[in-house]
Amino acid sequence: MSHVRYIDKTRQYYKAEGYDRAYEWAHFDTIPFMPFAELGKPLAQCRVGLVSSGDVVRRDVERPPDDPRRLVYSLPADLPVDRFQSRKAAYDRYATTLEDVDSFLPLTHLHRLAAEGVIGGVAARFQVIASEYSQRKTLTIDAPEILRHMREDGVDVALLAAV
Amino acid sequence: MTFGCARDIVERCGVPRFVFSDFPLGNPTGRPHDPDSQRAIVELGLDLLVSATGPGTTVVSPYEWNADHSWKKRVFTKAQPFLDPGATETWLARKERYRELRHEGKL
Repeated sequence: MSHVRYIDKTRQYYKAEGYDRAYEWAHFDTIPFMPFAELGKPLAQCRVGLVSSGDVVRRDVERPPDDPRRLVYSLPADLPVDRFQSRKAAYDRYATTLEDVDSFLPLTHLHRLAAEGVIGGVAARFQVIASEYSQRKTLTIDAPEILRHMREDGVDVALLAAV
Repeated sequence: MTFGCARDIVERCGVPRFVFSDFPLGNPTGRPHDPDSQRAIVELGLDLLVSATGPGTTVVSPYEWNADHSWKKRVFTKAQPFLDPGATETWLARKERYRELRHEGKL
């Protein structure tokens, strides 16, 4: 069976829920691309950054009140993944779980790959971005903030785990 | 490098590099409690970082969620509402709050 057509499925689903106006999914005619060779260093010397849309929070720290602006934030990437959890409700809760953090935030594996010399290292922090309907917010507020954090942390290559 | 489970959404957007896992939404970097699939999918992504020659390159993970594909038919149906009532309420409240913040010039 081929992959799920979520664009069609969600359109039908939300129309049945009473939402007549279909969501306009993001689309870009031009996709930025930099060949890896232009980095000028091998992967084994690259610091890898990680972004998650998994609404990740720390289990061991009291959370501040929710900020309705839902801005990007960073968390330390050197903690064991069992110190994190996801608060995300928008996933296929009937077919799977978000209990295993590495299934959407693979820090354990990235650290191992760094120890093995496959990658140069893992950035000191990973970023969490809210799943937003507003493409304007994602483009003009969230993405620049992620870039700022990653530049501060000396990230060479960035991975996005879209939950 | 993007890891994801919604192939059509990510490809419609257009990203530089994409590892697609044909899994239920929520586990873009491997099956829960299956470190082998997780490691392999991450490695696919790192390989793609290096090997991709142009934008919009998709690599499909060879891992199957399981032999039973019925979850694909059930997602986003009346029988399996995507958000529970509490999450739906939160979502609607957030949408409203976002509009207010935009109106107030705070976003």
